[in-house]
Amino acid sequence: MTNNVTTPRIKVDAVGKIFGRGPQAVQAIKRIDLDVHENEFVSIVGTSGCGKSTLLNMIGGLDEPTSGDILIDGVPVDGPGRNRGFVFQSYSLFEWMTVQGNIRFALEKSNFGKAEKDELVAHFVQAVGLSGFENAYPKQLSGGMRQRVAIARALVYKPSILLMDEPFGALDAQTRGMMQELLLKVWEDHKVTVLFVTHDVDEAIFLADRVVVLCSRPGLVKRSIDIELERPRNFDVVTTARFGEYKRDIMADIREETLKVMAMETQNEN
Amino acid sequence: MHPKEPNAPARRKPKSGLFRLREDIPSGLYNALGFIIPAVLVFLWWLVTYLGLVKPLFLPSPVAVLSEGWRQVTEGILLADASVSFYRITIGWLAATVVAVPIGILMGNFRIFEGSLGPLISTMRYMPVVALIPLSILWAGIGDAQKILILFLGTFFQQALMIMDNVKNIDMNLIRAGQTLGFSNSEILRRVILPAASPGIWDTFRITIGWTWTYLVVAELVAASDGLGRRIMDAQRYLATDTILFGTLFIGVLGLLTDYAFNKSGLKLFRWNSDKR
Repeated sequence: MTNNVTTPRIKVDAVGKIFGRGPQAVQAIKRIDLDVHENEFVSIVGTSGCGKSTLLNMIGGLDEPTSGDILIDGVPVDGPGRNRGFVFQSYSLFEWMTVQGNIRFALEKSNFGKAEKDELVAHFVQAVGLSGFENAYPKQLSGGMRQRVAIARALVYKPSILLMDEPFGALDAQTRGMMQELLLKVWEDHKVTVLFVTHDVDEAIFLADRVVVLCSRPGLVKRSIDIELERPRNFDVVTTARFGEYKRDIMADIREETLKVMAMETQNEN
Repeated sequence: MHPKEPNAPARRKPKSGLFRLREDIPSGLYNALGFIIPAVLVFLWWLVTYLGLVKPLFLPSPVAVLSEGWRQVTEGILLADASVSFYRITIGWLAATVVAVPIGILMGNFRIFEGSLGPLISTMRYMPVVALIPLSILWAGIGDAQKILILFLGTFFQQALMIMDNVKNIDMNLIRAGQTLGFSNSEILRRVILPAASPGIWDTFRITIGWTWTYLVVAELVAASDGLGRRIMDAQRYLATDTILFGTLFIGVLGLLTDYAFNKSGLKLFRWNSDKR
């Protein structure tokens, strides 16, 4: 399975994270080891509080591990960088800029020429299906459309990694389904390595090449499951028997973790 | 689609009425009420004075107040008073704003500034400005500078704290988005935090200039020879209650107009902040 010749795109090496100090310190992540390879799509699932967003933030350089190392193409992470794009659940668009303006803003630190930038912006507006809305402001758009702007903004400057923190968590079920298909399509056309944090098991399986289940409190990798479903996928795949098996396994893992956490909580209360 | 069951209760009629929690009422009525209530009050005021229930010294009639206003207009007093007061308010408020904006922004973004200035400013804002009038005269003399100082003191502390909050209220992920796109801290400050906080800051401007107006009388309490507040203070000496009432109402109207101007220009300036296309 593991390829020793190429360095993984993302290497999470014995990473631990403790928030706070002294008696109030909380161990969010005990020890996580994880390799993600070039153009792999990995979903991370787990109960709330398992440290999955913390892990993503650390890979994004927005937070620092307490122990261990995170390497991108063999180079240790030191703060945010333009080799990683980030999509947040809260859209986080620059509301005073138009759709085009938001996407263009991401290109400001790139070395592309003006014509090239224009082309890239136009291309990504079209790729996420926002043609005709170039000059709209984010507040005038629906949640799904706002998140499409955020995806375009995170991809337009050609990072090699896309980090997504429950990007569709705030959307209604129908829109979420559409967005998942759109994301897969965009990903097929512009291959990048994706790390996708979600608590929606269906979503995790549907999108990913591999689903990583985290243990709760403190975070550990419980299991990593390769998803061998054909690509390109469309939404029919969720009704296949194979999908059902993956789902059953992962749900069982998560349920076990949830019960563990609940037992811990009742213990703490007594 | 659903055949009605014979014993099904009749469909609940949607409740109507003007007192449903948070529900809209006809917009015509809503707008009209804003005029009707003051009109009723003015009518009662007129009625009380017309029937002679109160001596004019205690409550002059609306007509007397209006004619006092007209006298001030024709004699040119009103324009002179209003322009000198307007000047003081503008300068006093601008001085407060020029200091409060950077300090508020620093406090909102850097814990070190919040820690060092927060407790001080939070305490100072409760200080009674009126009590500082003697000191303000010692420090700034009896000219315009003293009036402006009082207006500054009445406005600045609250404003700095409010601007700090405006800045803090923006979504942390906006800053993070800026960081992931490779922008430096100062670029994020100028190009992300400032524009994101600007509608809130503008609203703070609107509210604080209202407060500056309310401090006008305090500012012109002592050692002033002109101004809307001065006129009211003088009138107290001669028990010219019609002048007092007219002056007070006039300041209220000017405050309202300033508020309106800020509101309208805010909508224009921050069109992106509206969800209408």
